[in-house]
Amino acid sequence: MIAFLVTALFAYLVYLVLTAGSGTIGLWSQAELIAGGGISLVVAAISRKFFCRTGEYRMANPLRWVLLVAYAAVPFFIEMARANIDVAYRVITGKIRPGIVKLSTGLETDFGVLLLANSITLTPGTLTVGVDEETNDLYVHMINIGMGTETKESFEPDDVFALFQFPEWIRRIAE
Amino acid sequence: MIADTIIMVCLGIGLLFNALGVLGILRFPDVYTRLHAETKTTTFGTIFISLAVIVYGAARVMEGETGTYLTLSVHTFVALLALAFTNATGAHAIARAAHRSGQVPKPAVVDRLQEVRE
Repeated sequence: MIAFLVTALFAYLVYLVLTAGSGTIGLWSQAELIAGGGISLVVAAISRKFFCRTGEYRMANPLRWVLLVAYAAVPFFIEMARANIDVAYRVITGKIRPGIVKLSTGLETDFGVLLLANSITLTPGTLTVGVDEETNDLYVHMINIGMGTETKESFEPDDVFALFQFPEWIRRIAE
Repeated sequence: MIADTIIMVCLGIGLLFNALGVLGILRFPDVYTRLHAETKTTTFGTIFISLAVIVYGAARVMEGETGTYLTLSVHTFVALLALAFTNATGAHAIARAAHRSGQVPKPAVVDRLQEVRE
């Protein structure tokens, strides 16, 4: 029942975002509000088992979504811009020192590991190639490994990210 | 007028990084380093081009034309989110498939994943 309500509410919110600007009640027309309600109930009936598969509702807390937006807008975006300029420099000069290293994350939930792996992959210069499903360690392809650090058995987040500590943020968002 | 300047700057940054991504495909030696250039740098460029569209729509809404332009901005923003998630997932899938099918990173100073697999 909770799964049904959570899924219906989420589907309705997405519908409202997509149809913003259609009328005069707030930003929506009466027809869109009613149709959205009906459609989100149908969607919830079909997809609640996929949407709430783990049976945990930590992510239903709005504060976590606010944190997620803040994380995407500030630390992630700044790190991404820095890394883009770094890779642009390497494209032009050709100075690369690539390799695949093991990164110990310390995260426990699937959603946390997904967020971290996607953050790493979206940041240029680092690319998630594999994941150890038992210990949640990530195998990361880096385009420029610091001199001498390649002998380390497993990397800490400090060695991969220059400005912000992504795992700390993600632990607050997802765990 | 401010909006026009922002749009031009965003388009300029976007095109610059997309062009660098193309250059990277030609210059880098193996599949993994090419993935860095072709997926990530171009995502950053496309984010800025999408931002230019969002700013254009928002500026029109500010001038009083609601409806279509608000929808344009919102839908571009949704496309931006979809792009960010699918691009990360796609790049990871390509890299994983390449490694599983025996493409070793070359040149590489270290390959921990290969050591685990053996």
